[in-house]
Amino acid sequence: MSGLIEWVTVPLQFDFMVRALLVSAVAGAVCALLSCWMTLTGWSLLGDAVSHAVLPGVVLSYLLGLPFALGALVFGAGSVALIGVVNRTSRVKEDAAIGIVFTAMFAVGVVLISRVPSETDLMHILFGNVLGVSDGEIAQVLVMAALTTAVVLLKHRDLTLYAFDPVHAHAIGLSPRRLEALLLGLLSVTVVIALQAVGIILVVAMLVIPGSTAYLLTDRFERMLAIAVAVSVGASVVGTYVSFYADIATGGTVVVAQAAVFALAYLFAPRHGVLPRRRAAGRAAAAR
Amino acid sequence: MSSAPAPQPGPQPAPPPPAVEVEGATVRYGDVLALDDVHLTLAQGRLCALLGTNGSGKSTLLRTVLGLNPAARGTVRVLGRGPAAARRAGLLGYVPQSEQVDWAFPVRVIDVVMMGRYGRMGPLRRPRRADREAVEAALERTGLADLAHRQIGALSGGQRKRAFVARGIAQGAQVFLLDEPFAGVDRPSEATIIEVLTAMRDEGHTLLVSTHDLAGVPRWCDEAVLLQRRVVAHGSPQEVLSPERLMSAFGAGPAPAPADEGCAA
Repeated sequence: MSGLIEWVTVPLQFDFMVRALLVSAVAGAVCALLSCWMTLTGWSLLGDAVSHAVLPGVVLSYLLGLPFALGALVFGAGSVALIGVVNRTSRVKEDAAIGIVFTAMFAVGVVLISRVPSETDLMHILFGNVLGVSDGEIAQVLVMAALTTAVVLLKHRDLTLYAFDPVHAHAIGLSPRRLEALLLGLLSVTVVIALQAVGIILVVAMLVIPGSTAYLLTDRFERMLAIAVAVSVGASVVGTYVSFYADIATGGTVVVAQAAVFALAYLFAPRHGVLPRRRAAGRAAAAR
Repeated sequence: MSSAPAPQPGPQPAPPPPAVEVEGATVRYGDVLALDDVHLTLAQGRLCALLGTNGSGKSTLLRTVLGLNPAARGTVRVLGRGPAAARRAGLLGYVPQSEQVDWAFPVRVIDVVMMGRYGRMGPLRRPRRADREAVEAALERTGLADLAHRQIGALSGGQRKRAFVARGIAQGAQVFLLDEPFAGVDRPSEATIIEVLTAMRDEGHTLLVSTHDLAGVPRWCDEAVLLQRRVVAHGSPQEVLSPERLMSAFGAGPAPAPADEGCAA
């Protein structure tokens, strides 16, 4: 028991660990909220696209000495708009439009980094550097997280209506397009928050796994939100600790922890897990 | 209180506006003509079947009344109002096709019916007592009170349809648009749905119900519209479904498959 307490408290003596835990837990919570709608609207890959597309924005922010969030947000929201434009104004289908826009933006970012002499480290942007996060970055993450969480909690019923039946939303005089824009805006901000914790490449995991895990465990949306947040924050904290002790990449460890929880839910979730379903089917067959 | 003079009793009170009035609606999806100059006037308090084959434009017409296909040409009025005003007033209740709904979505029956009230709530959609009572009454009316806390997909085909009708009732909708409510529903459930629809008609609601099942139609509707991109016939079901009409609408034998509408509907 005392061993466990020590295991938990020792890293807290290090300032950088406290910051890392704070950022990854906050990012985990916000991502988990959004991930529930991403799972239900089928937008998972859009999160991947937005996260890659922010790279040039991050590089330019560092170059110009602006807060990283500013450039990331401009390019994140811009890429979503650009995907919509390409999709609507040409015969190119949406998945292709997503693929073109995000890889092109990402490539611009890679080119920029290769020409810009600066201390921006491509590896840190791509894979996260939560152990080296600065005060300014923490402040940006906290402000964006507070705003996103407030909007999500206040508008969660509308967002769920949009995800479930946008035609009904239209029929009662609400604007599905405005709700879609709101959800896309929230997605962009959330991606920028998660960048700090796990880096560009792994952001999509934070936006898909918690919601999908919760989806296997409940048929109630409010519970799904709660479970997703619990799973995600738990994985963030455990992952950060494990990475500290094992001296391994934090972002990767957090995502592996999330994936492990998902695997458990996939196998053992009471009603929707593979094994209980198979057992129930077996029982039904035996009863016949 | 100003004592404005009472309006002079006119020689004749204005007749009530039609429930649905579509004039010259023409809708294209790319090169495909989905609706061609459709005119349709539906009086209040009628239970009307909207008949046609797959691809005849039934769903497109319902979506046009909802204002989802800004008709390339033509106008739509609902109870005398423009489509946007009618939607804001919550006059239109919509029951989607089964394929359009994600039945695994984590919502309960009671949550779905509550969504009917959102247009009447504040921006946060916090239900008040009146909302809860309306939802309860709607569930009662549709015989779903005992199933209120089930996940929506745990219902049978007929119960699912009734849940969406209940959403429209809770909403206070006056005009109901039902897209293929009998598809994939067994006969007893179909009878229960028809019972609910008939009772609502008797209370003065107007219902426009699309179906491609021509055989069962005459038993339940007051009037029928036969659609084949345009209105081929509109009248009593016997009249509309006469062999001559069907021949002229669909040609001899099975209807020709019209250019794929892409289920645009």
